[in-house]
Amino acid sequence: MIDASQVINSVLERHGRDGTRLMQILRETQESLNWLSPETITAIAAGVGWPRAKVEGTAGFYSFFHTQPRGKYRVLWSDNITDRMLGNMDLMQAMCKQLWLEPGHLSEDGLVSVETTSCTGLCDQGPAVLVNYRAIPRMTAERVEQMAELIRKEIPVADWPAEWFVIEDNIRRADILLGCVMAPGEALKVSLARGAEAAVEMASNERSWREAVHSADPGPSVTLDEIKKSGLRGRGGAGFTTGLKWEACRNAPTTGENATRYVICNADEGEPGTFKDRVLLTRQPDLVFEGMTVAAYVIGASKGYVYLRGEYRYLLEPLNALLARRREQSLLGKNILGRAGFDFDIEVHLGAGAYICGEESALIESLEGKRGVPRNRPPYPVTHGFLNQPTVVNNVETFAAAAMIAGRGGDWYRSFGTAKSAGTKILSISGDCERPGIYEYPFGVSVRQVLEECGAKNTQAVQISGPSGICIAPKEFDRRIAFEDIPTAGAFMVFDQSRDIFEVVRNFMHFFAHESCGFCTPCRVGTTLLKNLMDKIAAGHGTQYDLKEIHQLNSVLQISAHCGLGHTACNPLVHTLERFRPAYERRLKSLDFEPAFDLDAALSQARQMTGRDDADAHLSNELETVSEKA
Amino acid sequence: MMSDTFNIDGQEIPFTPGQSVMQAALTAGVFIPHLCYHPEFRPHGSCKLCTVKVNGRPASSCTLPAAAGMEVESNTPEILDKRRSLLQMLLVEGNHFCPSCEKSGNCQLQALGYELEVFTPHFNQFYPNRPVDASHPDILLDLNRCILCELCIRASAEVDGKNVFSLSGRGITKHLIVNAESGKLGDTDFALTDKAAQVCPVGVILPKRIGFAVPIGQRHYDAAPFSAHVDEFKPTAASQGERS
Amino acid sequence: MNAPRKLKVATASLAGCFGCHMSFLDIDERLLDLLELIEFDRTPLTDIKHVGANGPVDIGIIEGGVCNAENVHVLRDFRANCKILISLGACSVNGGLPAQRNHLDLRDILKAVYSTDTGLASGTQVPNDAELPLTLNMVHPLHEVVKIDYFIPGCPPSGDAIWKFLTDLLAGQTPHLGHGLIHYD
Repeated sequence: MIDASQVINSVLERHGRDGTRLMQILRETQESLNWLSPETITAIAAGVGWPRAKVEGTAGFYSFFHTQPRGKYRVLWSDNITDRMLGNMDLMQAMCKQLWLEPGHLSEDGLVSVETTSCTGLCDQGPAVLVNYRAIPRMTAERVEQMAELIRKEIPVADWPAEWFVIEDNIRRADILLGCVMAPGEALKVSLARGAEAAVEMASNERSWREAVHSADPGPSVTLDEIKKSGLRGRGGAGFTTGLKWEACRNAPTTGENATRYVICNADEGEPGTFKDRVLLTRQPDLVFEGMTVAAYVIGASKGYVYLRGEYRYLLEPLNALLARRREQSLLGKNILGRAGFDFDIEVHLGAGAYICGEESALIESLEGKRGVPRNRPPYPVTHGFLNQPTVVNNVETFAAAAMIAGRGGDWYRSFGTAKSAGTKILSISGDCERPGIYEYPFGVSVRQVLEECGAKNTQAVQISGPSGICIAPKEFDRRIAFEDIPTAGAFMVFDQSRDIFEVVRNFMHFFAHESCGFCTPCRVGTTLLKNLMDKIAAGHGTQYDLKEIHQLNSVLQISAHCGLGHTACNPLVHTLERFRPAYERRLKSLDFEPAFDLDAALSQARQMTGRDDADAHLSNELETVSEKA
Repeated sequence: MMSDTFNIDGQEIPFTPGQSVMQAALTAGVFIPHLCYHPEFRPHGSCKLCTVKVNGRPASSCTLPAAAGMEVESNTPEILDKRRSLLQMLLVEGNHFCPSCEKSGNCQLQALGYELEVFTPHFNQFYPNRPVDASHPDILLDLNRCILCELCIRASAEVDGKNVFSLSGRGITKHLIVNAESGKLGDTDFALTDKAAQVCPVGVILPKRIGFAVPIGQRHYDAAPFSAHVDEFKPTAASQGERS
Repeated sequence: MNAPRKLKVATASLAGCFGCHMSFLDIDERLLDLLELIEFDRTPLTDIKHVGANGPVDIGIIEGGVCNAENVHVLRDFRANCKILISLGACSVNGGLPAQRNHLDLRDILKAVYSTDTGLASGTQVPNDAELPLTLNMVHPLHEVVKIDYFIPGCPPSGDAIWKFLTDLLAGQTPHLGHGLIHYD
């Protein structure tokens, strides 16, 4: 029997009873105790010196924290549209049948629950599941049967067949980034040498330079110049110029007792259809850490965090091992590479199932142990970020590219890509194609070329940059992947002629409703209204009236939502209503109005209680134009 | 520029540096609808009823710093239409049954509905199953009416120093919780004299044993509409200047 | 000169308390002015059983929400036979008092009311006579079942509010209720 208070205490000790580390405290406690009971929450709150309700509020925000008892096994089926296309719903039903339970409900013996979760980033090898937060790809009917058997026999997940947990990288096309061979530390050494060179030059003409942070060392400044020269733009989707972000952070004053700056790597890759950060953190993690360290050198940061999505829990140990190795190599820690005062270390923090934490200010809130709610801006994280200090938040791919640029120079990087989009972009390709996986292209590649090379046939539509991105039709396949045309964080989901675009969008609307943080009225209520409208249309009760409602809700969300989630939540609807309107219209009734709910189903409980089934015990959903009941 | 001003719907509004568009407008006697804003607290920006357009771009006027020369649209048909929809969203999200609510006539959600001529909730009702907590000796907590403005949370933390309230859940399941393992208000140190007991804009936090002391028809927003009470919402020293 | 044709008005109360109808009568002597402009089709005051039986109706006014199958039939009859349909009062607008049961499971309610409550004779059962309309799982406002053209909130809306609304409408103007007339309580 596990002693709960002992577990909680050792977790609290490990984290210095620091409330800002609450996410890790909750996760580690739950990994031992299975769930976060009211008593556990009380003990943790007392331990970190926070109000109990605040701790409960954090625990209650994240999908992967359990404030209700749960089974020994929790099976979560990834429910991206690509998993659906690979048959996840049938497999989940089969699993539920074999385990004698209903989806979303704990089995009667309290052993297991089976339900869905948002995209787990294994779209190229789905259908995927998480079992007790361990990722398992390539589910089949046979594997479902074996898994149900292992669960029934209560075999620990750690003893399940090792080959089930193998995650493929599926790199189909590597370019400068995925193909980059750079010794660990090379970019840092080049940066320091570049600084030394500049120092000699500076001494000769005695100019004080524009140094704010390390007045003695021009290295950070000249490295920043290389980043700016490269034209690198953020790879998380928004495309903000990296050099400008770093410069703003470097120039922002630090405040208070523990004045410092922070570097945060956003590895909360939650956009459905995206999985390139998972592969980068598997194949080029040194480059990512090196890029973070270069950023720290430039802005004068002493601490870095990788915010890794909870779905990638399995990467935690290998990444920690690599960080240890880099400390041994003097690439992290005190006086990095012998440079006095260049102190920087990196820690990996895990998220717990909340897409909104991919938004940088929500990510920072989460990193501080709070609910992942986007902040009001201004101020921006570059001036007031983590613990109110100047903070750079960049995507995994951005840091990897920054390391290359520091090592090879801005001009070199600038020679790839297009005028406004320097370098390459890694695409996560899934859906209807022969070779799903990871493709790295110089910016400017056409959608058509990508489709040809991944083996897509009879393509009806491509969803680029995930549900919040854009859905395009064949006549637009000559458009290009670049900030000038179609910007993308990397998701590239292919739908062929056999797919129902309406169902694609319905899946996305369920996703947004599930992932809305709930802070602002329009997104909290609006995403649920949209989800309900899509379900109404799917059930065959939709009319033109409902399409008008969609447009009204879109305009409300556009004008008033607090953050990008709300602003973009209607994108799939708007894009597909423009391009694939018949996918909606063929489901609509010719009438201009249909009841909001299924009238006949609404009599079900009364029928059950009275035992009636006569004609009057039923209602038609069609409007009766001539009444028979005069 | 001699003095800093910006413009709302054609009217020049003076402001002092650090003021939000909302604060400057209210100071000048120009009403912008709001629910989560309170003159004694830092702006929150969650209800979005104060949405305006600034130089053509939408923004929340309560969190947007005022700047010289801004062109702000507030009472335009387009923005009023969106505000009505936002109010309707709040109406269907909870269970707002005014005839039985002691806050009726003093309720800002209701008063804003009147102000904007919201005749119908329009959307489909969610009819959520939300608890009523009567465990506290002096105070009733009826979560059916909660609009998640977080004013009680802010008041309890910042003024009372008690942290009685917080939020849990996410998205449409987000809800108010209290600082007790039992989940009951009666097990907290909440008191009727707390600031947090005074700030609810709707009828969630109500003193017990008071009913119809002031008759319907003679209540706060019966005499004059919400917009005529603009003086009550002028910013105080506490809410101005510092923004974080 | 021909006097303009009188508009035909029908009213009904569904899951309501007739309070809104009482309030309608509260327009007092102005009823006489109103009767210069309108005539009644089906209302609780006339003996017309079926709305629109004597030709199309111009304005239908419905009080109360939708709580059972019969409500659905009456409401649909009104929608099919009225050019303009007005939702009158809190219950028709958002479910009102009857909707306060919506967080309960109907089966539990029926069980409690007809078989398990104290004071009931043993062996009593939920009535299952085919003449009785079945109850809906939840009470719904009118606009969730048919398209509604206008809404007058209030529990009940005052006679003045109803008068103002109808006279605006009859005068061909979009109805407005200013401060003091629009009420949710």
